Amino acid sequence: MSNYVLFIIIIIYLAALFFIAFIAEKNSKSKWVNNTIVYTLSLAVYCTAWTYYGSIGIAANSGINFLPIYLGPVIAAPLWIVVLRKIIRISKQHKISSIADFISLRYGNHRFLGALVTIVCLMAIVPYISLQLKAVSETFQILSDDTSYVSTSVYDDSTFYIALLLAVFATFFGTQTTDASEKHKGIVMSVAFESIIKLTFFLFVGIYVTYILFDGTEDIYSKMSQSENFKSLITIDGFEGGFNWLYTIMLSFMAIFLLPRQFQVSVVENVREKHLKGAIWMFPLYLLLFNVFVIFIAWAGNLTIGNADQAEYYALLLPLQNGNTFLSVLVFLGGFSAVISMVVVATLALSTMVSNNLVIPYGFLDYFVKSHPERNAKYIKNIRRISIFSIIIIAYAFYVNFSFELSLYSIGLMAFVIIAQLAPSFFIGLFWNRGSSKATIIGIIAGLVVVFYTLILPFSIQALTGSEELVQNGLNHVKVLRPHALFGIDFLSPPAHAFFWSLLVNVFCYVTFSVLIKGNYRERNYAEMYVDSRNYSDLQDGALVWKGEAYVAEIKKVLIKFLGEARTERALNLFFRKYDLPLDTQMADARLINFSEKLLTGSIGSASAKILISSVVKEDEVSLVEVLKILEESKETIARNKLLRDKSNELTKLTNQLKEANEELLKKDKQKDEFLDTVAHELKTPITGIRATTELLMDDDDDMPPEIKGQFLKNMLQDSDRLSRLIHNILDFEKLSKGRTQLNIQRHNIRHTIQKTVDSLYHIADKKQVKLIHSNLSDVYAEYDEDRIVQVLTNLMSNAIKFCNAKKGKIVVDYKYDKGFLEVTVKDNGKGIPNQDMPYIFDKFYQSKNQNIQKPEGSGLGLAICKQIVENHNGKIWAKNSQKSGVTFGFKLPFK
Amino acid sequence: MKKIVIVDDEPNIVMTLEYTFKKHNFEVYIARDGSEALEILERVVPDVIMLDIMMPKVDGYQTLKAIKDNNQLKDTKVVFLTAKNKASDIEKGLKLGADKYLTKPFSIKKIVSEINELIAS
Repeated sequence: MSNYVLFIIIIIYLAALFFIAFIAEKNSKSKWVNNTIVYTLSLAVYCTAWTYYGSIGIAANSGINFLPIYLGPVIAAPLWIVVLRKIIRISKQHKISSIADFISLRYGNHRFLGALVTIVCLMAIVPYISLQLKAVSETFQILSDDTSYVSTSVYDDSTFYIALLLAVFATFFGTQTTDASEKHKGIVMSVAFESIIKLTFFLFVGIYVTYILFDGTEDIYSKMSQSENFKSLITIDGFEGGFNWLYTIMLSFMAIFLLPRQFQVSVVENVREKHLKGAIWMFPLYLLLFNVFVIFIAWAGNLTIGNADQAEYYALLLPLQNGNTFLSVLVFLGGFSAVISMVVVATLALSTMVSNNLVIPYGFLDYFVKSHPERNAKYIKNIRRISIFSIIIIAYAFYVNFSFELSLYSIGLMAFVIIAQLAPSFFIGLFWNRGSSKATIIGIIAGLVVVFYTLILPFSIQALTGSEELVQNGLNHVKVLRPHALFGIDFLSPPAHAFFWSLLVNVFCYVTFSVLIKGNYRERNYAEMYVDSRNYSDLQDGALVWKGEAYVAEIKKVLIKFLGEARTERALNLFFRKYDLPLDTQMADARLINFSEKLLTGSIGSASAKILISSVVKEDEVSLVEVLKILEESKETIARNKLLRDKSNELTKLTNQLKEANEELLKKDKQKDEFLDTVAHELKTPITGIRATTELLMDDDDDMPPEIKGQFLKNMLQDSDRLSRLIHNILDFEKLSKGRTQLNIQRHNIRHTIQKTVDSLYHIADKKQVKLIHSNLSDVYAEYDEDRIVQVLTNLMSNAIKFCNAKKGKIVVDYKYDKGFLEVTVKDNGKGIPNQDMPYIFDKFYQSKNQNIQKPEGSGLGLAICKQIVENHNGKIWAKNSQKSGVTFGFKLPFK
Repeated sequence: MKKIVIVDDEPNIVMTLEYTFKKHNFEVYIARDGSEALEILERVVPDVIMLDIMMPKVDGYQTLKAIKDNNQLKDTKVVFLTAKNKASDIEKGLKLGADKYLTKPFSIKKIVSEINELIAS
């Protein structure tokens, strides 16, 4: 195939990608753009040319060692729900646009730390990008039939133009807004599309090789098993190889979080948290599918081509050698897709870091402050654009100068090891609030030094001079300092070895210095925010502890510089409305400071945002103790709020109870008043009679007829009796109700007790010709105070006699044993009790209003006393009108 | 002859009052509660009505209201004679239009002089 045809195919494919990205940007709210599948496919930016070509190379030469690179992410995926979700929440709240921002914010918007992380990323990723370019270039050459073609200068190297096209693509869709934390829907969609292309075409070639060139997997396996070193290709190499596996898995585990392009797609471009749920199973599935045919393509290549140097491109060579150019082109496009997605996303992520964490905070801030808002926005975009081009050009230069000797696999792993230096500050920092910025910087630098000595240095020397001197003999011929076998650990592969030592040193420095050097208050503030961010409310604007003096107008000025007048106005209005503050608020509080820093972070990075805001405010130093106290307080406040709510509920309940009790007391008080009133009235009545009669008798001039005189004397006697009876009853009732009367409880036969009462009332009943019937002959024994029960019975029966019609009256006394109680009833055939009076008849001094008779002789206390007596026996008293006529009084006494 | 209606549910007290006023040349009518009193007042227009307050059925207050509503009785003096002696009770009674408020227990002589004074005024 000619160069030009291939180049045209590439151009058409790139045009298609532009189109897809363009459509996605246009429809950025559509559900076709924002869904779990697109999110998962964008995560597959993890699979680069390294996966596409490099894995096959490893599988062909050293067996299944390519697998750990995918096992790490597979193991990490279920943890996303916990770890990645937390990272996403924090990032969204703070408008974080890169891993450098994320780490520097965690350690108090540390400017140098942000820059250091950026440099680490550049060190790792630029060679990685150049390797992608190398893959494009090499596959391009394999596919073109102009085998003699060797690029002599940059200008006629197609790879250079392809790199430039990629830069244009990344620039166009990556720098639409100044706010880098905004979503790049176009790029994400094109990455998702490319993920489909690369997987599909890789599966095509896998199926083609396995089932068309060969007779299925078993065929390849059986043929391969006859080769000499077959066993080493399918095993892990024992115990020592196991360590290699372990470290490589750990490495890739960290890489899936730390690689700038992974952070970009998984965190910055995440639209909805819930997309994670699908991704945790779909992403491992994607990786699994990608790896199904790797081993078979590799072996098929070994069997048919057998050239170990070209093993990385077996997928391309196999169809090509069998005359299937079309499939080869598809494979090429798949690999090309893997390259594009990696290069575009990685450059975008790196350019954001370079602009927000390196260029702006270290040079352009003063300029921005003086400049005009529109020009600032343009400058920020231009810084990013230049960064994108620079990165790609540097990567290209790196490729031209260094990469002919390097394999995809080795450079990929080297990138992973360098990126892994961010792991302690990133992972431990998420869960340990003591980690401090200084310790982080020391840890990263120490780790990098180790990586440089154990991996980069020997690698570079080997690649450039071909000398094995350092690796064989160590620095200054000291054996323990051999770069690939520090302190005699010689069984690990170079990357695993470098990973082991660098991380050991890094973690040690990080932990030790974190314990030794305390961070400042701001650092601790963000540390608490990161570590304790269980929910969104912990991350709100109020989470920043800040003390000082700041004018809203000053802050507004700074915001306008970067966001423009309209956006600033809108954002501030929103802020004031959210916290219910007046729109003309003069002084800024901690929340506004935090809010403004967040607003700026997206455009210029967190370190610059902090520097800018602190330039217009007068900040008071807050002591670490104070920060911790305030944070502790806000945590406690939440707990206390709950406690308070509970307490308040409890109090409300108590208040209600008190109110009830008070009402009850007032009622009691009123009842007492009424009782005293009534008592006074009742006592006054006979006294009035006695007094008036006495006066008349005293003043008698002997003209009073004797019968009247006799009647007066009789009245006096009657009133005196009434008075003494009343006094006796009042005292008796008071004693009973206060429980001051001891009951003389003994075993008695109720039949005898009733008979005794009936006998005593017989004369009164007989006088009114009322029948008093007691015909129950059964002996029922119960324990009670007989005198008191006689009192009750007397009262009930004499009431019955009083209210019965003379001559026709009939009163029946009966008793029975009922469920542990002795029940006694007194039934009459009088006119009954009006229903409205029924609830009150046992109240003291209650006398029916409708009694159409002469005032009864009673004191108004009879039934109240009966009730008291029965209740003092733990019994119950009641009254019930009969259906026809009359009323039944009854009481129950428990058997003891 | 002056006419007096005595309204009280306590027969022993009524007896002393009846005896006394008869002796002082009053025509005495007896009612045991408010409704009986109102029955009597339909046919008799007395000079004085002596009212107890706490009575069954129609009490003293209600009776007084009925009397005040009856134009025929506009010249009749009404006297409360009751055991209720709290300041609030007295106030209430006078406010309702009673001409005098006397409390139990009472002195017969005092009652007679009060009533005579009232009729004379």
